[in-house]
Amino acid sequence: MTDAGTAVLEARDVTKRFAGVTALSGVNFVLRPGESMALMGENGAGKSTLIKVLTGVYQPDEGDLLLAGSKATFARPLDAQKAGVSTIYQEVNLVPLMSVAQNIYLGREPRGRLGLIDFRRMYAEARALLSEYGIQVDVRRPLRTLALGVQQMVALARAVSINANVVIMDEPTSSLEAREVETLFRVIGLLRERGIAIIYVSHRMDEIYRVCETVTVLRDGHVVHVGRLDDLPRVELVSKMLGRSVEKVERGGVTAFRAANESDAPPVLVATDLSRKHQIDGISISIRPGEVVGLGGLLGSGRSETLKGLSGVMQLDRGGVKIDGKSVRSGSVPAAIRAGIVMLPEDRKSEGIVPNLSVRDNIVLAALPKLSKAGFTSRRKQDAVVDVFIKRLHIKVSSPDQIVSELSGGNQQKVMIARWLAMTPKVLLLDEPTRGIDVGAKAEVQSLIDELAHEGLAIVLVSSEVEEVVEGSARVIVLRDGSIETELRGDQVDENALLAALAGGSAS
Amino acid sequence: MTTTFEPAAGPATDSQVGRERLASLLQSYGAAIVLVILLIVGSIAFPTFATGSNFSNILTQSSFLLIVGAGMTFVILTGGIDLSVGSVFALGGVLAAYGSSFGLLGALLFPLVVCGAIGALQGFLIAHAGMAPFIVTLAGLLGVRGLVLATTDGGSATPLITDPVVVALGQGQVLGIHWPVLIAIVVIVLGSVLLARTRGGQSVYAVGGSESASTLMGLPVARVKFTVYVLSGLCAGLAGALNAAYSSSGVPTVGVGLELNAISAVVIGGTLLVGGRGNLVGTVAGVLLLSVIQNLINQVGSLSSSVQAVVSGAFLAIVVIIQTVLSRTQRL
Repeated sequence: MTDAGTAVLEARDVTKRFAGVTALSGVNFVLRPGESMALMGENGAGKSTLIKVLTGVYQPDEGDLLLAGSKATFARPLDAQKAGVSTIYQEVNLVPLMSVAQNIYLGREPRGRLGLIDFRRMYAEARALLSEYGIQVDVRRPLRTLALGVQQMVALARAVSINANVVIMDEPTSSLEAREVETLFRVIGLLRERGIAIIYVSHRMDEIYRVCETVTVLRDGHVVHVGRLDDLPRVELVSKMLGRSVEKVERGGVTAFRAANESDAPPVLVATDLSRKHQIDGISISIRPGEVVGLGGLLGSGRSETLKGLSGVMQLDRGGVKIDGKSVRSGSVPAAIRAGIVMLPEDRKSEGIVPNLSVRDNIVLAALPKLSKAGFTSRRKQDAVVDVFIKRLHIKVSSPDQIVSELSGGNQQKVMIARWLAMTPKVLLLDEPTRGIDVGAKAEVQSLIDELAHEGLAIVLVSSEVEEVVEGSARVIVLRDGSIETELRGDQVDENALLAALAGGSAS
Repeated sequence: MTTTFEPAAGPATDSQVGRERLASLLQSYGAAIVLVILLIVGSIAFPTFATGSNFSNILTQSSFLLIVGAGMTFVILTGGIDLSVGSVFALGGVLAAYGSSFGLLGALLFPLVVCGAIGALQGFLIAHAGMAPFIVTLAGLLGVRGLVLATTDGGSATPLITDPVVVALGQGQVLGIHWPVLIAIVVIVLGSVLLARTRGGQSVYAVGGSESASTLMGLPVARVKFTVYVLSGLCAGLAGALNAAYSSSGVPTVGVGLELNAISAVVIGGTLLVGGRGNLVGTVAGVLLLSVIQNLINQVGSLSSSVQAVVSGAFLAIVVIIQTVLSRTQRL
C-alpha cells in the first residue's frame, strides 16, 4: 500500500527555533495513504516539536507542510483537524465529566430543528461508530467511569470520525493493558485498510516493529534516517537514535571517569521487586558502597521511575528497599533521606534548585533540620558546611550569598550535589547529572562522581549518554519496558553490548 | 491512598456505581431537596409563611439574584469567576433610571449595552490576554463602582424613574406575578436550553471540564470564555435595570456584596466551583434557598439581619463540605 498514490502528508525543510535554539532543522518526510510511520528519537530529538507543528500547536519558522500535494498552514489545532490531521495523545485528552457521545461529537454535534442538538441521533451515531471498532459501551456514561483503554478508543474514534486522513498517535499505549493494546492494534489495522495514514510515536521497540512499516529517526532536530523497518535491525535503529555507530566504537578518553568503580564490600542498598503499574515491574538491585551502578535504557524504559521508586518519590505497588539490612518505608521521601538515600533529579530547574535563593541557602536547604536547634538555625554551622562544600566541589561563586540562578549549569549541579552530600548519604542516585552543562563542567562532575565513589558512597547513575554509563559504571543494569533486560558486568560493559541490550530481542 | 493515583480502571462494582450515582444525584438536587424540607418546616412552624403574598414576595425578591446567578452559572461552569456583578448591577440600575427619560427602550437598552460592553472588556482580558478572572473582575468590581459614583455625583444623586411604562416593568403584574419574576423565568429557560442543547452550551461544559482537552479538540476556548463574561455582564445589567424599575429609582449603593450571594447560590445549587458540571436548575434552587432562609429568619422576628448572614455563611460552608465529600465519592 505504501507506494499507492501521492503523499497524503509531506514535510519540506521544516525548521522551528525557540529563542535561538533550533528544535527542528530542515525536517523532511513523506507519508502515503495507508502507511504507518514510526517517529523515533530520544529526549530532545525534536519529536514533540514536530508533532506540535503537524497538529497546528506551533507554526514552522521555515519550510512547508503539504497535504495531498498542496501547501497547508495550521494556525491552530482546529485548522489541522479540519484539514484531516488528528492526534491522540499519551494522556487521554478528553473531558472526563462529559459523556462518551458528547466527547466524540464536541464542537460538531448533530443538530435538529432550531439548531438544537439532537441527542438521540448523537447517541445512535456514537454507538454505531464505536461498534465499528468492536467497542460496546453505554455512550451516555461519563467518560471518567470507563477504563483508560476504552477512553483511548473513544479518543481514537473521535479523531477518525473527523474525516481524518492522518492520525498521529503519541505514546498511545503507555497506560493501556495488554488486552487493550491488542484492540488498539486491531483498530490501527482497520484504519490503514481504509487508507488512513498513521504516525506512531512510541518507545516500545516491540510495538514499533509490529505496527509500523517505515521509520523516521530524529536526532538533535535533524532527520538522521528514513527507511523501511523490516530491513533495519533493532540494534541499528537504536544506534541511529543515540548517534553511535555500531561498527566503530572507541573506548576510553571520552569522559573524565578514571576507573570503573568496583567494590566487593557487602551491599549497602538492596531493592527487591520494585513494581508500579504501567511503569516498572519487578526490579531488583543491590549496590555496594564505593560502587557506581549504571542504569541503562531508552527513554521510557523505567530508568527515572526506578530512581523515583528507590528514593521514595514514587509510591510502589510492590517491593521494597533495604539499607544495611533495614527496611525503608516505601513511598516516603523523608524516610528515604533518613535512611541515607538521596536523589539528584533529572530536571534540575523544576525539581531541584530554588533559583532565587543564594548558594548558601540552596546547599543547606535539606540539612536545615540538622543544623538548627529548637527551630532556630545556626548561621555559624551553616557557614562551616557551605564553606567545606564550596571548596571540596570547586563550586565557582563570588560568595556564598550569590543567587544560584546566576551560576552556570555545571555549578548549579554541584550546588545540588553539595546539598545532598551535606546530609551525609549512603546512596546517591543521579538522574542525568551532566545533561545541559558544558563540556568542562561535565568532566568536573564526572570526576566528582569518581571521587565520591572512591570515598565509599554507593552511586546509581542514569544517563542517556552511552559513553558516560559505560565508562563510569562497574556494572550496568539495562532496563527495557519497565523490567530488567540484562546486567552487564566487567568486560561485558562496552558500548556494543549496551546498544545491543538497549535494542533487546534480536541483538548481536 | 493509592486510589487517588489510579484512574477508575475497569468496570466498577455495582455497589460502587450505586453509591456514585446517589452522590451525583445529591450533588445535583441536594439544594432542591433542602428547599422542599425548609418549605414544609416553615409552613408548619409559621402561619404567615405559607401564604400567597409571602411566596410572591419571596419570588420577587429572588428574581434579581436569579438573573445575576444565571450569568454567574455560565462563568463558573467554565471554571471562572465574576466578582464585578454587584457593581455592574448598581450601574445597570443608575443607567436604566437615566435612560428611562427615553422610555422603556432607553431604560433597557442603555444599561444592557454598557454592562454588556463591560463584560466584553473583562472577557477580552481574561480570554485573549490570559489574565486571571479573579483579578480582572476584582478590578471590575472596584472600577465599575467608581463609575456608578461618578455618574451620580459621588453617590449623592439618586436618579428617579418617572416613566409609568418603565415603572410598570418593575412593579406591574401578570396573573399576580411581577414582571421581574417572569423575565427571570425566561432568562433561566433560555439559559438552560442554551447550556443543554446547543454547541455553545456544550463547549461551556467542555472548557470547564478540561481547558487543555478543549483546545486540543479544536473548540473555540477563547470565544467561549469571552462570551460567558459578556452574558454575565448582560445579566447583571438587566437585573439592575429591573431592580431600578421595581424601586422607581437608580440607587447607586445597591448591589454591594451581591456577587458573593450570586456565587453562593450557584455553588449551593451544585455547580462545581472548578467548572465543568452544574446547571441553572440548581442555581434556581440555590437562590430560592437563600431567600427562604432569609424569609424564615424574618418570620422569627426577634433575630436580627446579621444572624441571617451567619446562617447563610454556615450554610454555604456545610454545602461546600458536602460537595467535596460527594465529589470524592464520585472520584471526580
